[in-house]
Amino acid sequence: MSTELKSGQPLIEVRHLKQYFNINTGFFKSTPLKAVDDISFTIREGETLGLVGESGCGKTTAGRTILHLYQPTAGEIIYRGKSIKTPKDVEEFRTKATMVFQDPYSSLDPRMTVADIIGEPLDVHHMYKSQEERRQKILELMDHVGLNSEHAARYAHEFSGGQRQRVGIARALAVDPDFIVCDEPVSALDVSIQAQVINMFDELQDQMGLTYLFIAHDLLVVRHISDRIAVMYLGRMVELADADEIYNRPLHPYTKALISAVPVPDPNVARANKRIALTGEIPSPLNAPPGCPFHTRCPYAKPMCSESMPPFKEVEKGRFVACHRTEEINS
Amino acid sequence: MALLEVKDLHTSFFTDAGEVRAVNGVSFNLERGKILGIVGESGSGKSVTAYSIMQILAGTGKIVSGSIKLDGQELVGAGENVMKDVRGNKISIIFQDPMTSLNPTYTIGQQLMEAILLHTDRNKQQSWDRAVEMLRLVNVNEPEKRMKQYPHEFSGGMRQRVMIAMALACEPDILIADEPTTALDVTIQAGILELMKDIQKQIGMAIIMITHDLGVVAQLCDEVIVMYAGGICEQGTAEEIFYNPCHEYTKGLLRSIPTVDDSGEKLQPISGTPIDLLNMPKGCPFAPRCDNAMKICMRARCERMEINDKHAAACWMNVRKAVKGE
Ligand SMILES: Nc1ncnc2c1ncn2[C@@H]1O[C@H](COP(=O)(O)OP(=O)(O)OP(=O)(O)O)[C@@H](O)[C@H]1O
Ligand SMILES: Nc1ncnc2c1ncn2[C@@H]1O[C@H](COP(=O)(O)OP(=O)(O)O)[C@@H](O)[C@H]1O
Ligand code: SF4
Ligand code: SF4
Ligand SMILES: [Mg+2]
Ligand SMILES: [Mg+2]
Repeated sequence: MSTELKSGQPLIEVRHLKQYFNINTGFFKSTPLKAVDDISFTIREGETLGLVGESGCGKTTAGRTILHLYQPTAGEIIYRGKSIKTPKDVEEFRTKATMVFQDPYSSLDPRMTVADIIGEPLDVHHMYKSQEERRQKILELMDHVGLNSEHAARYAHEFSGGQRQRVGIARALAVDPDFIVCDEPVSALDVSIQAQVINMFDELQDQMGLTYLFIAHDLLVVRHISDRIAVMYLGRMVELADADEIYNRPLHPYTKALISAVPVPDPNVARANKRIALTGEIPSPLNAPPGCPFHTRCPYAKPMCSESMPPFKEVEKGRFVACHRTEEINS
Repeated sequence: MALLEVKDLHTSFFTDAGEVRAVNGVSFNLERGKILGIVGESGSGKSVTAYSIMQILAGTGKIVSGSIKLDGQELVGAGENVMKDVRGNKISIIFQDPMTSLNPTYTIGQQLMEAILLHTDRNKQQSWDRAVEMLRLVNVNEPEKRMKQYPHEFSGGMRQRVMIAMALACEPDILIADEPTTALDVTIQAGILELMKDIQKQIGMAIIMITHDLGVVAQLCDEVIVMYAGGICEQGTAEEIFYNPCHEYTKGLLRSIPTVDDSGEKLQPISGTPIDLLNMPKGCPFAPRCDNAMKICMRARCERMEINDKHAAACWMNVRKAVKGE
């Protein structure tokens, strides 16, 4: 997928997006938890942008804030050239941009039938004129994701994990969106079932021209499905590049460590791999270190790294890195 | 004589809905100082195999038949006194779910030191030092301070690392690790796996590594067992399993995951849904999902066959090949 860069128009532009949560840290005291801290990037029409990074680094929050499921603390989202500002913008945007959740076990209401789960967004956005039209739409959606339409009256708990994830995807497709945030959509599934769901994402994209932000922690899966990959660390974006490029030639020290740590399913390769060891815990986003957020664990850190924040800048065509020492350590 | 010899193990749960044959004729040997990987999908019997060895089966679970020998001593039917000694001194287990296995009322330090005092001949001061060292080795920041904290002050990933530290600090003959790194981030996971390998080399411990991650198996394991529906479908050295798979389920598994040199081609999923142990087919348990199933596969289960001296598999395809002289 990632062999040729898709050069579609920008569909979603994320500009200086911030999401801070206020955390109580004592009597009448609260501290901002900077879950997403000033990220900017563009998602092109028809592409899959992978988003990776360690647990708690802000991937889910970024996805939810882009969709305005959280009100951004600062920054803006531009959809097809138009900034999302008013409540009306947000409501319109919600019919164009939806989300598929990680856990097919808990994200679906067990008391609802599959038809009602898929039909709910249709109800919310008044997307049918008659009950017959609603029924037809639901059956069509079930067909799209490979669910047997005879099962429309069943409850979600009667389905296997892979089938439940299909229900979640059908629900996300109900409003006929063109952008979907997929938050770890295969992580909870067995390996043998993951491939079925990954292929379905691929096929739906081809058929319907969908654009994905695909969040996952399995780097080989992300690389397989993505055109480009963005790497986050402690609320910030540290690298963004073509999927194969970033996998074969990571430039940021954190990306290098991340990729060297991937457990590769091939004994000869896995045993020959030189892992870049990282020491220390990931700092808490409640008190991120000053300067480069990675300096407490970076093998290349210099004094200046703890003093100033490296800008996220284009170092090669289409390739963004936030590191003071990109040139030195990669030459 | 191997350190651990498991022969034709059958373990069932006797539920209201009927007998669930969770482990169905499992046999393997584990040599001293080796790392054995067990892979297979959720519900295939990996954990129950481990719990059977430790005899810590929940509720209605029971070893129905078979033999488990540790250093030549039979454990099945040996009684609780023998098992207490085994669990305390010879085999340690790291559980899939770290939340349930630390005591919330004692500090991390107290729990680590107790384990070390009990299982090694260190004195109090040495135990403290060893505990701090182990915490540092599993990448816990400020280990001295952490020793005085309680489990609820740790994140899930940190608790899992404490469990790993505790199991390793006891220096058992065999460490059973049940999906020990599934909840951890890759950079942390890589460190833990390396640490396990280091300690294993130092003290000559054997490891049974239960995982669904074929990458972890490739990196760590000398030998691999592939399980499906409570049975072993294939078993051999890591090289044999990855480069010469001889069971259709293993082949399907390897085809369904993205590889290092991913060219963007479609993954080839295994079709169908995972097995229901209450409704087992008569022949090969994988037959309903197998693209190459033959008539005989529906009728009879294939016995385990030696492919070579490092490899065995239970698939009728190998018989067909042998008959046709391919
Ligand atoms: N306490 C129990 N009561 C009834 N059945 C059980 C019990 N524990 C396990 N089983 C059944 O035994 C089979 C094997 O379970 P086991 O936990 O070993 O699977 P596993 O391969 O380790 O799966 P996972 O990767 O999900 O942990 C499953 O069908 C499971 O439902
Ligand atoms: N609703 C919330 N209130 C407070 N903190 C939150 C909330 N949601 C997320 N966080 C915090 O924001 C950070 C990023 O979280 P998240 O985006 O969920 O991470 P992940 O990359 O694992 O998806 C974490 O420190 C998390 O604890
Ligand atoms: S800016 Fe400094 S600390 Fe940050 S990644 Fe680059 S070299 Fe490392
Ligand atoms: S024995 Fe038959 S059904 Fe079973 S895996 Fe082999 S070919 Fe497939
Ligand atoms: Mg998340
Ligand atoms: Mg298990």
